[in-house]
Amino acid sequence: MPNSVSNGTVLEMPGMTRSWRQFQDRSIRRFFQFNGLLSILILLGIFIILFKDGFPALQELGIGSFISLIWNPTSYVKETYGMGAMIFSTLMVTFGALLIAVPVGLGCAAYLSEVAPNWVREILKPVIEILAGIPSVVLGFLGIVVVGPWIARVFHLPNGLNALNGAVLLAVMSLPTIISISEDAISSVPRAYKEASLALGASRWQTLMRVVVPSALSGIIASVMLGMGRAIGETMTVLMATGNAQSLPHHFLDAVRTMTATIAIELGEVPFGSEHYHGLFVIGFVLFVMTFLVNLVADIVLAKYQEVER
Amino acid sequence: MTRKALIEKIGFTVLGLCALLVILTLLGILWNITSNGASVINWEFITQSPREGMTQGGIFPALLGTLLVSLITVLFAVPLGMFSAIYLNEYAYQGRLVRMIRLSIRNLSGVPSIVYGLFGVALFVRVFHFGSSILSAGLTLGLLTLPWTITASEEALKTVPKSYRDGALALGATKWQAIRTNVLPYSIPGMLTGAILGLARAAGETAPILFTGAAFFIPDLPKTLFDQFMALPYHLYILSTQHQDIARVRPIAYGTALVLIALVLTLNMVAVLIRYHYRKKARMGQ
Repeated sequence: MPNSVSNGTVLEMPGMTRSWRQFQDRSIRRFFQFNGLLSILILLGIFIILFKDGFPALQELGIGSFISLIWNPTSYVKETYGMGAMIFSTLMVTFGALLIAVPVGLGCAAYLSEVAPNWVREILKPVIEILAGIPSVVLGFLGIVVVGPWIARVFHLPNGLNALNGAVLLAVMSLPTIISISEDAISSVPRAYKEASLALGASRWQTLMRVVVPSALSGIIASVMLGMGRAIGETMTVLMATGNAQSLPHHFLDAVRTMTATIAIELGEVPFGSEHYHGLFVIGFVLFVMTFLVNLVADIVLAKYQEVER
Repeated sequence: MTRKALIEKIGFTVLGLCALLVILTLLGILWNITSNGASVINWEFITQSPREGMTQGGIFPALLGTLLVSLITVLFAVPLGMFSAIYLNEYAYQGRLVRMIRLSIRNLSGVPSIVYGLFGVALFVRVFHFGSSILSAGLTLGLLTLPWTITASEEALKTVPKSYRDGALALGATKWQAIRTNVLPYSIPGMLTGAILGLARAAGETAPILFTGAAFFIPDLPKTLFDQFMALPYHLYILSTQHQDIARVRPIAYGTALVLIALVLTLNMVAVLIRYHYRKKARMGQ
């Protein structure tokens, strides 16, 4: 759209000169321009504030102390600030979630765009939207009252609050993201590809698996990355359902404490300005960088596939 | 049946089962919460304060707190989202800067909610001295919903045909006059939809308000924007993990979860209905 200011005189009111109108129009443009830049400013602001408030801890303790395994800043014997165990826990719960959500989500997306009759689609689409709208604290609650007891019964454990529980809940949380974006990717594969494949005698299944899915692969990968980003950053479900034990987990039936849960548990109790307080911002900073990178990669992959589309 | 057809049948069945699993998951969640929560819900539960260490009484302060904070969120995020979208869709030259802005928006929507919480503590609670309050929490949630309101507003602006703008410009209107008279009125329904969806999101979030203003229990209702507040999602978190007598408050926890889900889903439904209604209208108008 051209940005030129129009020079017409029809709407000019008495007492309102053209230069005033132009001035007004320009100020309004400036105002919106500033607002447009807000997103960049906020993103930068988050980065700067997390870094600024985390920096004193890095300075006092040195980066080295954050690289060890165990996080225990309130120990009477020796305070430790290692992030190893919690990063490992976060990744473990996330990958557990993806192991469940990726096959189910992609299956559902493929069904939705290639197989489902219209009436099923009319049901499935709102189901996915509603699932995306369920607050994470409600899922965490169900982790405690439903999923936990199941896990305890199946594996004969005293309680079911562990990494597996968190993975199941995070799978539910990331499903809507994975389904809606990969469905988009699958259904935007040009019809000609499918028709060519079918015309050569391939079955609909063969067409789906060997033509449609490979063509939509970058969109599918992006959907998985975005689902992963959601899972890494999710707080309430893992806080409530994973048992919060501060040690290196050995398998999925161990209680774990993720990065997000550590911040959520401790930020309310630390004295403002203490090393511990700043240490929590270091966790936040690392978390921010992790999700930023995951989202960025998803974005690049997605942009590439949209380019190919055109 | 040939082998090829058999494989196809099995393959499609597996895909269908995946879809069925998703539907059953949602139904299971809704059924569990509704069947366990419905029995505690009555007029008293909605309109009374918690009593006897939260083992009796209702959830009114939490409901009110959630509504107040969500209101602040919407008042903050919706105008900013609108302005931002107007710039992106109406004024901006679609070049590198706009690409950067869009990248930021997409990245903001992926920032973990607890990170918004940290940011809110550092900025609103500490630097701006708003303290732990409704205002701090509302602004924090506002930042979190901003990417959604921008996207929704932009989509609304995109549905207005270019000829509407050209018509005004041809009559000598300035750019802003054209936007004000010929673009904004037609995009209001879409923006409203975005606002309601933002409200629903804000109402369900817990992590960002943990340290910016939500409180365990307050005997009085909040009087100013600088008071702390009780909130539904935080109340549910407290009742299910932090309370000393978890078994006894479980029914209340279920009731809270049901009210929260009902609130969020109703808002979502209203948004969808508005969108549906205006889409139909727009189609008939063409």
